[in-house]
Amino acid sequence: MGRLIAIVIILATAGLVVIGTLWPIPTAAFYAGETSGPAHNWSTPQAAVQSVAHDFEGHHWAQAYASLDNKGQFTEQDLIRDLSGAQFSLRSFAVLEGFHVRPLHEADDRAKMQLQMHWSTVVGDFNDTRDVSVVRVGNMWKPVWPIVQEPHVPPQVIAVNYLRWDVIYRGGGDDWAAENVEGPHIKIVDMHPVERAAGVVVMGELLNEDVVPAYVHVEATLSAKNGKVLGSETSFDRISHLLLPKQVTPFFILFPNATLADVGSIQMQPTATLVAASADPVIEIQNQKLNPVPNPSLTGALVNQSGQTVNIAHVLGTFYDKNGQLVWVAESYIDRALLPQTPVPFTIPIPEDLARQISSERAVVSTYSSTDNL
Amino acid sequence: MRHALPSLPAWLACGALLMASPAARTQSGDLTLPQKAVAGAALTVQTSGSGPATLYIVGTGAALRRQVQLGDAVSFAAGDLDIAGHYVAFLEHGGATDVGEFDVIPAAQPATLAFLAKPSRLSVDLHDGVSGAVYIFDAYHNLVLRPLPVSFQLSVPGGSTESRTVQSHDGAAWTQMNSSSREGAAKFVATAGNASSTRVIEQVPGDPCGLKMSAQPDGQKIALSTDPIRDCSGNPVPDGTIVTFTESFDGEQTTVDVPVKKDIAQAEVPAHAGARITVATGVVLGNEIRWAR
Repeated sequence: MGRLIAIVIILATAGLVVIGTLWPIPTAAFYAGETSGPAHNWSTPQAAVQSVAHDFEGHHWAQAYASLDNKGQFTEQDLIRDLSGAQFSLRSFAVLEGFHVRPLHEADDRAKMQLQMHWSTVVGDFNDTRDVSVVRVGNMWKPVWPIVQEPHVPPQVIAVNYLRWDVIYRGGGDDWAAENVEGPHIKIVDMHPVERAAGVVVMGELLNEDVVPAYVHVEATLSAKNGKVLGSETSFDRISHLLLPKQVTPFFILFPNATLADVGSIQMQPTATLVAASADPVIEIQNQKLNPVPNPSLTGALVNQSGQTVNIAHVLGTFYDKNGQLVWVAESYIDRALLPQTPVPFTIPIPEDLARQISSERAVVSTYSSTDNL
Repeated sequence: MRHALPSLPAWLACGALLMASPAARTQSGDLTLPQKAVAGAALTVQTSGSGPATLYIVGTGAALRRQVQLGDAVSFAAGDLDIAGHYVAFLEHGGATDVGEFDVIPAAQPATLAFLAKPSRLSVDLHDGVSGAVYIFDAYHNLVLRPLPVSFQLSVPGGSTESRTVQSHDGAAWTQMNSSSREGAAKFVATAGNASSTRVIEQVPGDPCGLKMSAQPDGQKIALSTDPIRDCSGNPVPDGTIVTFTESFDGEQTTVDVPVKKDIAQAEVPAHAGARITVATGVVLGNEIRWAR
């Protein structure tokens, strides 16, 4: 009996392998790299843009590049750098999770489609929206890719005379009563809890009032009116962790599903650790502008004033009402690297219901750099 | 001469004797002990009678054993008994045990100080900002419990010296002192008898006072530069302190966070006629410039 079952299983497995090889399902073939995508179709403008987006999704760069009408204007490497990023930027670590194509305009031999690409990263997702022209070539529609060229910084020497803090910690042979280096002194200078649809948000601002750099984070604990602890959360990455002397960062802590009516008290626990740090790079935040509804946001451009490439930049915006009271804290990661002296735009969305209260803002940037640039 | 620790049976015998009735622990005529001995000093124990005997001296963290001839004085050299505390002596001879007790007290003169000074870095001009605590030990690391005057001195090179004298209590003394108005590495010295210990307290400038900047045209940009930035006591703020320049023009804003270098902070912002430029560091605001060109 056992032998019979074994033979049946072996035969069934062999049969399924043969069927899968001869008639694979499109998705499996796509992920195995057998085809350029599950739905390659160039018969309509929308289908053509969807086809090229499928190629982007599967990293079939050569096929995607070959299907473009304007490929003579840039190289395949330019296309890869446009979508996959360079210089270890956030795009280099992003995955195209999905896309959506929406027709904007269509004529006999020319059309315009909007391609919304949803990228996911370890620090959250971001959208990349491109308006793609599509032209008819014979019976086929071919996308004209709106390339975003990665800027090239000309060869040069940029003298950097930056400050740096190093720390010598207490050694094993030191007198037991000898103190280690004093930790940085930090202070919460503003704190404001609000209730939102997602839960209770505790936000505020933290000041490094010391003369040494500090690596900071903030933890908040909500307690009910009877003293029972409702929960503890940290600012995680919604804070600029490295604070140089006299620098201020906003922080944002979300308690999902909590309601402010249940909260009796909030205990704040800011923590600071003395770390080695550098004052370089200096980032200028240019042309900051508060944009009103219907798409309220803070927009601007980051300019890396140093000679070192910044791989990933994180912009945090603090928003105040006309009395200077804290209204909201929002943030955005920049998906492209900050090359020296090259402006890179940013947008921080603001909740629509709060936008009318906001009359001023303050933005800070935290940066992450690697010396092993591509 | 110090011997190795007694064997297990000897320890058990000592323990049994310690747990025995009070009558068994009274001092017998065969063993004469001093009431008190100084830690680390030489010690003589007088015995009486005749014949061989074994003397055990057991205390907290120390145990000594000697083969003795009854009737002779037993000498312990300086350093043999160096741990302060209560000791019990057992004299075993011919199946009988004589028991005596005595105390070893710390030496009168302090030899070392354990000095805890906090914080190791603070702003200038802080009232009671520095605290110092001292534990006084003799040469054998016994806590000197008798009251002693302990002096604390806090001084910055080129600045004034603040002194305070405190009486120790149960081996410890502590104080609080003000940081001076002058920045620098302050020496915080605690002294008791001939023993002293030094800690370095870094006194750093406080918040900037009278932050002021000026602006100069520089092509398509405005070159901004602060005056030398000092705290309210006139100390220059340290390099690396972040200064924020903000330019507001036509509903847009440009900000640059720059570190202070050699007492001043410098930055460039786009030149716009009518732009309003402000400067700040931490929670301190500086002057405002209206760019007219």
